Amino acid sequence: MSEHILHLTVNGEAQHVLVEGRKTLADMLRDDLRLTGTHLGCEHGVCGACTVLVDGAAVRSCLMFAVQAHGSQVTTIEGIADADGGLSAVQSAFRECHGLQCGFCTPGFIVSIESFLDAHPDPSDEDIREGISGNLCRCTGYQGIIKAVRLAAETRAATPQDMSAPDDAVSDARVGA
Amino acid sequence: MKPAPFDYLAPTSLADAVEALGSYGADAKVLAGGQSLVPVMAMRMSRFDHLIDLNRIPELDFVRHEAADVVIGAMTRESRVGSDPTIAENVPLLTDATQYIGHFQIRNRGTLGGSLAHADPAAEYPAVAMALDATMHLVGPDGSRSVSPEEFFLGPMTCCAEDEELLHSVSFPVWGPGSGFSVQEFARRAGDFATAGVAVGIRVADGVVDKAAIAFFGMASAPVRARELEIELVGQKAMDLDFQEVGNQAVAHLQPPDDIHASSSLRRQIGAQLASRALSTAVKEAT
Repeated sequence: MSEHILHLTVNGEAQHVLVEGRKTLADMLRDDLRLTGTHLGCEHGVCGACTVLVDGAAVRSCLMFAVQAHGSQVTTIEGIADADGGLSAVQSAFRECHGLQCGFCTPGFIVSIESFLDAHPDPSDEDIREGISGNLCRCTGYQGIIKAVRLAAETRAATPQDMSAPDDAVSDARVGA
Repeated sequence: MKPAPFDYLAPTSLADAVEALGSYGADAKVLAGGQSLVPVMAMRMSRFDHLIDLNRIPELDFVRHEAADVVIGAMTRESRVGSDPTIAENVPLLTDATQYIGHFQIRNRGTLGGSLAHADPAAEYPAVAMALDATMHLVGPDGSRSVSPEEFFLGPMTCCAEDEELLHSVSFPVWGPGSGFSVQEFARRAGDFATAGVAVGIRVADGVVDKAAIAFFGMASAPVRARELEIELVGQKAMDLDFQEVGNQAVAHLQPPDDIHASSSLRRQIGAQLASRALSTAVKEAT
């Protein structure tokens, strides 16, 4: 058994954590950093609830060991909203379009869709269905979620994006979406 | 869920990884993208004393056009394989196959070499390697060796790599002008492993087929070629091919598995249909 000290950046903050080699990234985020927005559904890579961004790429945090994220930039659902709490375009659209009910799967959907829309700013309905196929929802159903992705894409297109440092105007536009 | 405890190693060079494998042998396992291995460990279907993570070895992540081949490092992520322009231009069958692998989140971690070495009979890349007569390059403490896909894939979840060996890279031959390719698969949900699937390549010169490859996945214990049929196809006029008939012939010799997802005969019907579709798409592209 091995223990490792890892240094990584989570939602813009430097973190130093002592972990066992076998601890997953999801468990480290939840248990050590108390970032419990990352949800664990199946814990074997099927449901997508634990999706986070590692160096900008959406990944299953239950299928990575925490130690593998040493030196990486990790973004969890807690890092998606603006610093002042303003919802992102995707988050607003979920509220607007009834994209969630119990909310368990929602963090994984939001993180995945943020990344999906970065790569596909103007997706077709077919693209959207393919884009959300890696996340399972067991109560709302997918129609509201598909609508939310469509709305979020429109909102993003109509809003000047500055991902690194969103100013007040951008946050306001997102909230009002 | 937690895997059983293990000692984690993250070598930063191929030489260090091979040395570690050489000293631990059967007590060690190499970790590539982890999209299949980590669930297996989490469910405790497997346990290893030492886990050797290959993710910090940059020399295993490359795409190079060398003479008549495109050589791809084993740790090249599926997301890169699916979007790399050199691969798209020279080995389009790989690009086509990548879209069927899991979901984009899986492809962001999963690797070409991991998929091949895992040797799932229903996976796409093994069938592509089989169809294109790729060459797998293995490295171990006693040196390196190169094997054909037939030698590499021994059966379900089993490849020929010894305990001390790891897959270093794979060479995919470039078929050149006049060729067309297609991957077709059936899965009940997007991103699932295929119930059945096929990877096809056809090369046409002056309207006549001069090279053909048909490799099925999900239809046997390892990817399987329809070699006799391929030989028959060579020399035929591309325009005269009866795709439905060729599809039926392609599956005639197969005994596909029978499970809760599909019976053996349903798989054979699906396989014939997919082969027919793939051939027609590939021929259209080639001519």
